[in-house]
Amino acid sequence: MDSILIERKNQVFRTGTDAQTIHCNKPSVAGSVSQRACVFCGSRVVLYPIADALHIVHGPIGCAAYTWDIRGALSSGPEIHRLSFSTDLREKDVVFGGETKLYHSLIELIDQYKPKAAFVYSTCIVGVIGDDIEAVCKKANKEKGIPVIPVQAPGFNGSKKDGYKIACEALATLIGTGDLAVPEKSINILGDFNLAGELWMLLEYYKKMGIHVNATITGDGRVEAIASAHKASLNVVQCSGSMMHLAKIMKDKYNIPMMKVSYFGIEDMSDALYEVAKFFKDDEMMAKARILVREEFGRLMPVLKEYKEKLQGKKAAIYVGGSFKAISLIKALRLIGVQTVVVGSQTGTPDEYEIINQLCDEGTIVVDDSNPIELSAFVKETCADIFIGGVKERPIAYKLGLGFCDHNHERKEALAGYEGMLNFAKEIYATAMSPVWQFTRQR
Amino acid sequence: MEAVKSPKKTFVSTRNACKLCAPLGASVVFKGIKGCLPMIHGSQGCATYIRRYMISHFKEPVDIASSNFSEETTIFGGNRNFNTGIENIIQQYNPEVIGIASACLSETIGEDIPRLIREYRTVNASKALPVFVNASTPSYQGTHMDGFHEAVSSVVANLAECGETGTHINIFPGFVSPADLRHLKDILTDFGLDYVLFPDYSDSLDNPHWKEYQIIPEGGTAVSEIKRTGTAKASLEFGYILNLGGINSRITESKAAFTAAQWLEKNRSVIRCKLGMPIGINETDRFFKQLEELSGKPTPNRYERQRGRLVDAYVDGHKYVFGKRAIVYGDEDMVVGLVAFLTEIGIEPVLVASGGESGILKREIERITEGKYPQMKVVSGMDFESINEMTEELKPDIFIGNSKGYYISRRLGIPLVRVGFPVHDRFGAQRLQHLGYEGTQQLFDRITNALIEYKQEHSPVGYKYI
Ligand code: SF4
Ligand code: SF4
Repeated sequence: MDSILIERKNQVFRTGTDAQTIHCNKPSVAGSVSQRACVFCGSRVVLYPIADALHIVHGPIGCAAYTWDIRGALSSGPEIHRLSFSTDLREKDVVFGGETKLYHSLIELIDQYKPKAAFVYSTCIVGVIGDDIEAVCKKANKEKGIPVIPVQAPGFNGSKKDGYKIACEALATLIGTGDLAVPEKSINILGDFNLAGELWMLLEYYKKMGIHVNATITGDGRVEAIASAHKASLNVVQCSGSMMHLAKIMKDKYNIPMMKVSYFGIEDMSDALYEVAKFFKDDEMMAKARILVREEFGRLMPVLKEYKEKLQGKKAAIYVGGSFKAISLIKALRLIGVQTVVVGSQTGTPDEYEIINQLCDEGTIVVDDSNPIELSAFVKETCADIFIGGVKERPIAYKLGLGFCDHNHERKEALAGYEGMLNFAKEIYATAMSPVWQFTRQR
Repeated sequence: MEAVKSPKKTFVSTRNACKLCAPLGASVVFKGIKGCLPMIHGSQGCATYIRRYMISHFKEPVDIASSNFSEETTIFGGNRNFNTGIENIIQQYNPEVIGIASACLSETIGEDIPRLIREYRTVNASKALPVFVNASTPSYQGTHMDGFHEAVSSVVANLAECGETGTHINIFPGFVSPADLRHLKDILTDFGLDYVLFPDYSDSLDNPHWKEYQIIPEGGTAVSEIKRTGTAKASLEFGYILNLGGINSRITESKAAFTAAQWLEKNRSVIRCKLGMPIGINETDRFFKQLEELSGKPTPNRYERQRGRLVDAYVDGHKYVFGKRAIVYGDEDMVVGLVAFLTEIGIEPVLVASGGESGILKREIERITEGKYPQMKVVSGMDFESINEMTEELKPDIFIGNSKGYYISRRLGIPLVRVGFPVHDRFGAQRLQHLGYEGTQQLFDRITNALIEYKQEHSPVGYKYI
């Protein structure tokens, strides 16, 4: 029995020892227990936080049921997004087509919930049974006067990343149709989903710097603001995996420049603020950013130092959605004395894997699209103490006697920004230092 | 969440489903086979979502492979993915059993899994292969419960041997908690019965901490045991509904469903004992009476005393619960069991709801409540938004069901007692008990305490005793 399938051999490498570059962005191997979800999932998680839109899943019930209110994406107002709507296709629909059902569902739901727009996700079997989603959307749009946007995301049609792209294209059809007044120096925030209210902290920072935030895409998102997003002067994009595509579209179409940032860890967070001030070539803005960063550092550093002293020598394994986030995590962990020994992502890019290669100590295992068996072999080999991943990895970590920190869509603790760094350190500390491990590590 | 406007009508769409999809049920069953790795034949998302859902409830690693359909697979068929999938599973897990569930996509394009298995076996005849079992589980034909029962009956029909009738019995408990399964095993052992319990995920989905990582968690009913179901003297099957209803919107008659015990009765002459979920005193009495008959022994003292203590608790607590109005929802057989129990303690089920659509829920509930509650509503094919919109008129005091109804109970400010699946907003779902005198005791305590707590919290006095 091998822990790495032959077909996956070049999706794993060790820094400093393996010369080859990592192969990524490949479809998962049949028969593997991938931690990845599907195309539909990718588009769903990106669009989900738009709170005043109706999200209806056209397909059999599961795809909708499993994505009901699963993200911690908060809204400061309407919460239509937290409801799960489905056409719940049955055998007769599969045989005779589901268009009528979709049409009636759209009309009744728009009447009942009065959304500002509707997203219609088509899942795997819909393409196969040949429903013309676009036609139904057009019809509903005409009758109800709100944008009804098809999101054609059958799960088999690529990976989760392709779903991000499809979501970006759906957003692009909305952008440019709105007419909200926007001040001169304003930005859009792309790729923050307001998990556990993280976006609200970022808004606070930018407000302190005197920057107007136009559309937040899609955390705490509103249809009207997104429709007017083309009026902003800059797109600040986080989490390259999901939103770079939209930023590119907006650059081509509206000539809005983009800036890639990360809000995880205090270095990256501070850079995110400085870079925006630099972009606007505004000294006052920069001065305010400096003050903000200084204050936050002053508040954080002594606390983080204490954590660092206690956590020194601990080792972490990271397995998250995108490789960009992994980079920030490696740095954030280093700040509190934790060394990263395994790092992987579901959907990484070659460039980012290269950065990871540079950043990590020699011998670190880097892996793309991993699975439980591999992950358990890697943490064992490297003697990791803590695992950072999503909810699917938690029980594996616990069964292996490792601490765990949830860094995925479902987290209930804010981990972005300065406050987030503190929460992160607190969580790593709590899980690494718990006395319960005395019972699991008696080998 | 904002308050609900009054409903305009019934909806075509499903709004916050009160059910899950069929391969999930089949996967739970496959996890209850010793040494089994489930594989979902379809696209990747379904398997990942189902894993995530099971993990959030059981808090255990749940490995489910997928044959990972791509666009070409969808056009040209899943043959290649199936074979590669099986090969990769064998290479990585080397399981004793592979349990294959179909999904909506593979069924829609007409994949014939039994044929794929046969072909794989033929081509690899020279190798030592795992045992293959499978279930046909398109979700457009039924819920996770239909998938569950389909898998149980299909596995049994596949493996049950012919032969002389033995002295052992079969027990098919349905979708209950790992702690329920452990309790059932204790009971059967204490009766001195030789039994086959299937599916048994009491360990595989609720394992102790490991010294070594187990790629396939220990526990489960062994294939050799499942084979013995064919020669048992009787089968106990919990649930009046199972997959026996006319499954909603099924238009292919050829797939008429049967339960495991039905199949064994017809094909292996194993007597079928129909029982409800043993929740509450009456249904549990019937279960124990059945065991007395089968074992020829009286109920062990331990259980007599459990029953006695339960009656004592009913008496001590009756005033806290009497006349309270409950909304009960979840899997059909589970709600039938719960209603049987609530009827015993004077809680009025004002709404009995399930996402299941057997078509016989109403009949069963009415039979069990004997017309005691003329106002009671029984609704199949229910979703949570419909329940939400009915609460104004129903004025419930308590919700009894899975975690998904929490948002409604929260809006109303009334307690929710969590039972069934999924319970993923509380700790210890694996250890919740529902069955037997012991499980009923747990339920009774939890319900009574929820009502007392509600009263206490809303009392201006803040009394410290009851
Ligand atoms: S396609 Fe079918 S099997 Fe897959 S998640 Fe959706 S309902 Fe479940
Ligand atoms: S059916 Fe397709 S879209 Fe739905 S969960 Fe499965 S893979 Fe994803």
